[in-house]
Amino acid sequence: MSLLSKIKETWICLKAGKVTLPYPAKPQPAPERFRGRPIFDASKCIGCAGCANNCPAREILVFDVCQEIRILKYLGRRCTYCGRCADLCPEKAITMSKDYETATNNIADLQQRLELFMSTCQRCGRCFKEPTPLEQLKLKGYRFDDLENDRWIFKSKSYFDQFKVTDDIHIELD
Amino acid sequence: MFRKLFLKFFPRSLWVYHANSGGCNGCDIEVLNVLTPYYDVERFGIKLVASPRHADVMLCQGPAMRSTAAALKRAYEAMPSPKIVFAIGSCACGGGIWHDTYNVIGPVEKIIPVNFYIPGCPPRPEAIIYGVALAMGLVDKKVLPSSLKQEELPIPRYHPEDLEMQGDMLVYKKLEKI
Repeated sequence: MSLLSKIKETWICLKAGKVTLPYPAKPQPAPERFRGRPIFDASKCIGCAGCANNCPAREILVFDVCQEIRILKYLGRRCTYCGRCADLCPEKAITMSKDYETATNNIADLQQRLELFMSTCQRCGRCFKEPTPLEQLKLKGYRFDDLENDRWIFKSKSYFDQFKVTDDIHIELD
Repeated sequence: MFRKLFLKFFPRSLWVYHANSGGCNGCDIEVLNVLTPYYDVERFGIKLVASPRHADVMLCQGPAMRSTAAALKRAYEAMPSPKIVFAIGSCACGGGIWHDTYNVIGPVEKIIPVNFYIPGCPPRPEAIIYGVALAMGLVDKKVLPSSLKQEELPIPRYHPEDLEMQGDMLVYKKLEKI
């Protein structure tokens, strides 16, 4: 009787087949709506820094070298892949890829750094006014985040009112 | 050469201790998911042990918190000497989205040295297997830092010399490119 039951058990096991994924040997594609690492496209980006202001992990740093050049740095270390940056981007320069094989031995491998040209308003330099007082508080103007120590520095607009930003702009009138 | 041959025919098995220092249990579930028959990680000889004194590998989940940092450090020091530390999840890699609150010290690497990072919130079970396989030398690393630069402005810039009189209208010459 016990032999019969063992044969029956073997038959059930043979019928079930192999369940284990052969993952590291064969590639395993991610499901359709999976959000992986965001990829930044430098040719489409206009440098509005909306992604940096809306990132819940404060992950995207912005540094203005001068009036014309803005550096945007994505750290990638505490990104939760929420996709808010890709949702918000007006030019669709950020795409959420399906890339999940991002394990490294050096966390700096995940960084993406964009060097962007900023065009300026011909009258007043780079400025625009937000509709509500609350959004005016959130407006950063020039941003000087700490790129070397990977720190996001919050500065309100009133800080920049001490220096007259709009006066030192050279307007091109050829 | 003998060392490589020896490593190939006598592969070592890693015993794993998982330490959660204040995470949300999302990465815990993914790590336990890896040990199920579907993603059977015991075919690499990996086994979950309960004590850090038996372990070779420490899987850290969650940020280093003010209340658990000392216990994490003690667990690390209790491991026998050739030891590897994995930081699993975005909390352990970089502090998570609550990296600036009062009780979070920061990433795990501020307390103990970390060898491998697996980002994700939570990382897929395949991503954890990929990280383990990367540590064992079965697969190659796929990510590298990228630095991109704009060659020209994405939007054509207004220049007075591009204005043209056509009849009695001022027309901007590059307007078709927008």
